[in-house]
Amino acid sequence: MYKIILAYRYLLKRRITYFAVLAVALCVFIVVVVMTVMTGLVNDFKQRNHRFVGDCVAGTESLVGFAYYEDFVKVLEQQKYIEAVSPVIKSFALVRNKNSKQDYGLEIMGIDPVRHSQATSFGDTLYYNKDDVSKTFRPSYDPNLTGCVLGGLLRGEAEDIYPETSFVPRTSFSVSCFPLTAKGALARAGTDLVNIKTFYFSDYSNSGLPRIDGSLIYLPFEQAQMLCGMAGPTKRTSWIHIKFRQDVDVRTGPLDALSCCEKVRSLWDKYKQEKAGETQTYLLDTVEVQSWKSYRRESIAPMENELTELIVMFGFVAITTVFIILVVFYMIISHKSKDIGILKSIGVSGANIIELFSGFALLVGLLGSGVGLFVGWLFLLQINRIEDWLFEHFKFQLWDRTMYAIGDIPNRLDFKVLVVIALSAILVCLIGAFVPSWQAARQKPIETLQVNQL
Amino acid sequence: MSKNDFLLQANELHKSYRMGATKVKVLKGADLAVKEGEFVAIIGASGSGKSTLLHILGALDKPDKGTVAFVGRDLKKFGSAELNRFRNKKVGFVFQFYHLLDELNVLENVYLPVMAGRSVIGWFFCRKWAKRRAEELLEQLGLSDRAKHKPYQLSGGERQRVAIGRALMNEPSLLLADEPTGNLDSETGNSILDVLEKLNRAGQTIVMVTHDERIAKRAGRIVTLVDGKILHKDMSIENRK
Repeated sequence: MYKIILAYRYLLKRRITYFAVLAVALCVFIVVVVMTVMTGLVNDFKQRNHRFVGDCVAGTESLVGFAYYEDFVKVLEQQKYIEAVSPVIKSFALVRNKNSKQDYGLEIMGIDPVRHSQATSFGDTLYYNKDDVSKTFRPSYDPNLTGCVLGGLLRGEAEDIYPETSFVPRTSFSVSCFPLTAKGALARAGTDLVNIKTFYFSDYSNSGLPRIDGSLIYLPFEQAQMLCGMAGPTKRTSWIHIKFRQDVDVRTGPLDALSCCEKVRSLWDKYKQEKAGETQTYLLDTVEVQSWKSYRRESIAPMENELTELIVMFGFVAITTVFIILVVFYMIISHKSKDIGILKSIGVSGANIIELFSGFALLVGLLGSGVGLFVGWLFLLQINRIEDWLFEHFKFQLWDRTMYAIGDIPNRLDFKVLVVIALSAILVCLIGAFVPSWQAARQKPIETLQVNQL
Repeated sequence: MSKNDFLLQANELHKSYRMGATKVKVLKGADLAVKEGEFVAIIGASGSGKSTLLHILGALDKPDKGTVAFVGRDLKKFGSAELNRFRNKKVGFVFQFYHLLDELNVLENVYLPVMAGRSVIGWFFCRKWAKRRAEELLEQLGLSDRAKHKPYQLSGGERQRVAIGRALMNEPSLLLADEPTGNLDSETGNSILDVLEKLNRAGQTIVMVTHDERIAKRAGRIVTLVDGKILHKDMSIENRK
C-alpha cells in the first residue's frame, strides 16, 4: 500500500515530475495527431483506388489487349459471387482541344458507363451525370453528339473558353490513336496511320486520385475499341473490372475477397484452356487476374512506405522519450535516496523499491498519455478549422491538396491505434524508469542514511 | 550464562571501509552482548565506529568478520527475505536526523512499518488496527494533535518522537538508537531520553549510541568503543556507583 501512496505523492509533489509527464504527453500528442492524419490519408487513398478499380481485374498491360473477352464476361456474369463486370479499353492518345489547338498525350479509357458504374464507383465521380450515368457520353447541349469525360484535374481544358459555368461547356476534342493489330503491329500504313475522332465534352470525373484525374479521358467503349484497332472480327479489350457481391466485404474480409480473386483466376485458367485452339490464343498468355490492391500497388506502395517510415521515425521519438524519462527518474531517485534508505531500514526489499518507482513511472505514463491523448483528440477535432484559419490568414496549408487530393484532413481516431500509442508510452516510461529504479534498489541503506549524504 | 540467554550477541566484529586508496579499519574485533530488557549505551569518540556497530547489530550492514546472533540465531544465516522481516518486525531504528518521509504525514510515518510489512490485501485487513496503534503511540509520545501534520511542520524534538513511534510500531524486540539527541538542544534531548527510559522501564530492550557521556549515563549500562573494540563491557550504573 505504501508503494501506491508514495508513488502518488511523488507524482504530485515533485515539480520535476511534471516535466516527465509533459514530455510523455507531448510525444503522445505528436504521435496521435500525425499517425491519425497519415493513417487516414493512406486509408483514404486506398479506398479511392479501390473505388476506382472495383474489387478485382483481369487483363493485360499490353496495348494490344486480349481477345475472346466477351465469352469470359458471360462466364463471369454467371457466377453467384460476382455482382458486376465491366470490360475496359486502355491505351494512349494525342488529345487536342479544338479551341486551344494544343495537343496533349493522355491516357484513354473506353468504358460502358452503366456497366462501369456497377463494377466501380465511376458514377459517383461524375460532376453532371451522377444521377443518370447512361447520359454520361451524351452532352447535354446536343445528346446526338459523342461525348467524352475528362479527368477532374483537366477541367481547365474544357473551361478555358467558358470559365466557371454552371452548364456543360460546349467544347470538343479530337482524339488520335495508333490502331494496333493483334500481333502488335500498326494496323494501317501511310497517311492513314492514325485513327482520329472528335468527341464533345460531356462531363468531369473526380476519382480523388491526382494522377488519374490529371491524365485520363474516358470515351465510349465501342469508340475507344475502334480507335485502338481492337474492333475487328475478333474483338479485343484491355481489362475486365469485376465487383464482388456486397456480402463479400473486401474491407472486413480480405481473405474472402482474395479467395474470390482466386476463383476468378481459376475460371480464367479454365477458360484459357477452352480457347487453346483459337487463332489469337497467344494474347491470353499476357492476361493476369489481380486484386484491386495488387493492380494499384505502384500507387499504394509509396504511401504505405511513407507510413512505415513515419512509424520508424516515431520509434526514434520513443527512444528519445526513454532517455528523457531515464534522466528525469535519475534526478528524482537521486533526490529520494534518503527515502530508499529509510524504507530499507524498516524492511522494504530491493524488489519493492523497484515496484515503488515502477509504479511511479506507471503513473507518469498514464497521466502523460492521458493528457497527450486528450489534447490530441481536441486538436484533431479542430484540425480542419485550424488549417482553414492558417490558410485564410497566412496562405499556409499543412497538406498540399494537389499531392494528397483530400477535402478535409482525416481526423477520425482509431481506437486500436490510440490503445497502442498509450500502451507504448507507458512501456517507454517503465523502461526509462527501470535502470534508475534498479540502481536505487541496490543502494545500501547505510550509504544513503549517512549524515554526509543528507 | 548460555549464549541463548542474550537477545543480541556480537562476537569479534571486524569492519573496514575503503576511502580512496586507503582502507580504514573501523571495527577490530568488537564484542557485545545485550540481554532482554537492557538499556545499553555505546559511547565513543566521533569516528570510533559506534554507528557502524549499531548498523551491523540491526542488519543494515554486514561485518567483514565476526558474528551477530539474535536470540541465538546467526544473522549471516538469514536469507534476504528473512533479513527484511527481521528489520521490519524485530528491530526498530531511531536515527540522529529522524529520517521521516516528507511525503507522509505524522500518522502515516508512524504506521509505515506495518504497511511495509504487508501486501495491499494484508494492509486492508489490518489498517484499522494499525491506525489505532499509531494513534495510541502518538498519544503516549504527546503528539496526538500533530497526527495530520507533515514532518517539516514539526520541531526537531517532535520529529524524533515521531521516529520513535515509527520504530515501536511493530513492537520490536530491540530498539536501536543512533545519537537520538545529537541534533537536539539539551532540554529537548532530555525529553527524548525520558521517553527512552520510560520505554525501557516498560521492558523495551534499547541499544543507544552516543558520544556524550552525560547522555549515556541515562542508560542502564555503558560500553565504550575505543580503537574499534569494546573496552568496558560490564560497567553498569550500579557498579559505577
